[in-house]
Amino acid sequence: MSLSFKSLGFLLPLIVFVAIAGFLLKGLWLDPREIPSPLIDKPAPDFRLESLENPGRQIDRKDMLGKVWLLNAWASWCVACREEHPVLVEFARSATIPIVGLNYKDTRVDGMRWLAQFGNPYVTSLYDEAGRVGIDFGVYAVPETFLIDKQGVVRFKQIGPVTPELLHEKILPLIQRLNA
Amino acid sequence: MDDSMRGTRGHGVRLPKAMRALAAALLLAAAATGAMPTAVAAREAQEVGADPAAERHMMQLASELRCLQCQNQTLADSNAPLAVDLRQEIRELLAKGQTDEQVKAYLVARYGDFVLYRPPLKSNTFFLWFGPALVLLAGLVALYVTLKRRLARLDSTQPNPELSQAESQRAQHLLEKETEEGSLS
Repeated sequence: MSLSFKSLGFLLPLIVFVAIAGFLLKGLWLDPREIPSPLIDKPAPDFRLESLENPGRQIDRKDMLGKVWLLNAWASWCVACREEHPVLVEFARSATIPIVGLNYKDTRVDGMRWLAQFGNPYVTSLYDEAGRVGIDFGVYAVPETFLIDKQGVVRFKQIGPVTPELLHEKILPLIQRLNA
Repeated sequence: MDDSMRGTRGHGVRLPKAMRALAAALLLAAAATGAMPTAVAAREAQEVGADPAAERHMMQLASELRCLQCQNQTLADSNAPLAVDLRQEIRELLAKGQTDEQVKAYLVARYGDFVLYRPPLKSNTFFLWFGPALVLLAGLVALYVTLKRRLARLDSTQPNPELSQAESQRAQHLLEKETEEGSLS
């Protein structure tokens, strides 16, 4: 036993090297922009904002309780949002759950023009001109999307555009589970 | 927002000298009368709080926090719109009398430990903190064991039984052969 251990001992540095190289290799494929949100499985932060399209109307967190819903942070100045938008429009057409927009650091005029131009998948958009609600949600790069359950708990967060694959493989099954 | 400001600043540089002087004079006059909206002021000046000491405190705290938008800069260094907003947030929280720790907790609750340049000691950061020391320790232990073993081997062969005649001849032969080979190459 000790003999076999000793005779293989010379391999030890190699094994250690391979292990370290393995970690570093894995590191190459990690996306540093994907920061795990501390909000997952925590109650969504409180918010109270005017609707983008209807300045007089206030929407707050309680309005959305009892529903599974998506909160999608977007802005007219955001390039990746353009890429994502058709996916959301398509989803909204068949969706069983409401998508609420969070119009992040935008102007009303630009936001409304954008929705008129590309279609409006949102039941409403919250107008977060100062980006304060964005900060509370930990938004640091639009688009970001949160899936929130009936109790108002954040269940999933996507940083960057929602893709059809992500919708079908992750978000839809999760919605089904949360609605069950 | 950030870009548009940078844009206007860029245009400013291209103005003819006389116009630049005029613009500067106008800006100075406006600043002197206090009529100038803050957004037009120079960028650094724009967000400086009223109290320089409070501002230093805020910047010192911000220099320990990571900007999420441009991840290799601190909140103090970065001019990304989010960093500007978060500096304002920190300024307000400090003005409300919150401690540095409370401000950090506020940001961690929103963005996670990632915002901290000094990661907290937790179960999942144990190896981050102690990994290098553990590797060093393992190396020292390995060195110690190896030396100890070598010493023990030397000790065990201490009585050093003389090589037999045949063995010493063979050793001699091998050594000679080696030097011959060496000289050949």
